[in-house]
Amino acid sequence: MQVIDLRGVSCPTNFVKAKLALEEIETGETARILLDDGEPVKNVPRSLKAEGHKLLGLKQADEGHYALDLEKVEE
Amino acid sequence: MSNEKQSKVDLNNLKAGGFIKERGKDLFTVRLRVPGGRMSIPRLKRIAEVAEKFGGEFVHLSVRQSIELININFKDFDAVVEELGEATQKVASCGARVRVPVACGGCEYNPNGLVDTQKSALEVDEKLFGTATGHHKFKVAFAGCPFDCPKSATNDVGFQGAIYPELDRDACISCGLCAKSCVPKAIVMGEDNKPVLSDDPCIWCGDCVKVCPTGAWSEARRGYTVRIGGKWGRNPLVGTLFATFLPENRAVDFIASVLGWYRQKAEGLGRIRLGDTIIKEGPQALLDHLRAQFPEYTVDATIAPQVIATQVGK
Repeated sequence: MQVIDLRGVSCPTNFVKAKLALEEIETGETARILLDDGEPVKNVPRSLKAEGHKLLGLKQADEGHYALDLEKVEE
Repeated sequence: MSNEKQSKVDLNNLKAGGFIKERGKDLFTVRLRVPGGRMSIPRLKRIAEVAEKFGGEFVHLSVRQSIELININFKDFDAVVEELGEATQKVASCGARVRVPVACGGCEYNPNGLVDTQKSALEVDEKLFGTATGHHKFKVAFAGCPFDCPKSATNDVGFQGAIYPELDRDACISCGLCAKSCVPKAIVMGEDNKPVLSDDPCIWCGDCVKVCPTGAWSEARRGYTVRIGGKWGRNPLVGTLFATFLPENRAVDFIASVLGWYRQKAEGLGRIRLGDTIIKEGPQALLDHLRAQFPEYTVDATIAPQVIATQVGK
């Protein structure tokens, strides 16, 4: 599974980078996106859902950041 | 030639029509009517042309979302009104009247907005603008959510968008973002790792619905919380809660009902604002009046508008 590390990237750059990175993977493939706590995790997951991707899970790591697992869905 | 009846300005009623006397000889500020602060580009262009032709070096964007033409000579009133075009740009009101409603952008393009404040502002402007109150000014504002950028509770009647959330447990992936986002801590994660909502601390802000990545949280109810009795100036008051989840399409009737009560109760009290009238009569009097017409939405009990002590410390 591809890991897209957006820790340290603020909004809305993180969303744009996630969107671009997802364009590079195949439909049906899963990806794990790492996001900072705070505004990033509050905004990016639902923005990606609004893009049509399927959210599989969202968990907080011990270090404090979040890992969003999703399945790419083509528009 | 313009319609004489429409563009003629009655000099006796200058203050009613949004023409405010300035310091300079024969000069007036013309306050334009811009409900909700929404200004189309063609209108803006026309205003710029008129301002350039008749006004000073600049226009002023007022604190209540108006555009004010500065340094207009009273001899040019008719021409200004005509060239603005009654159909496209009207002049606002002053005095003891219902003023132009103020509104934030609402839900149209702002992802935080919960309700269509622009629609409400236009409707109230159309139906109630300029209504004489018999006593003092009457200001109304619409906020799309509890961020309340318009400061709705500083108005005579202030509306704030609200939603009541409900959970689809099957769609919940237990990410905990709702509990994390809930500022008053109305949502906490339960033992089964699903969120639990407590009504008491909930302020109906909808942050849980907005942040939920799967749509497990959704809106069960939507409407306005209404705060009445606010004012600013020398003796500020903040309005208090009189109704919750008032449907958007009842806003006009609600304001009309408050106006009716204000007109009657402030009789003989001189130039008094609604908030001071409520303090004098007691909030129960207005609450009972509103409950008769809006029983599903009025609160059970409320407090009088609250004094904001801005002079302490002199």
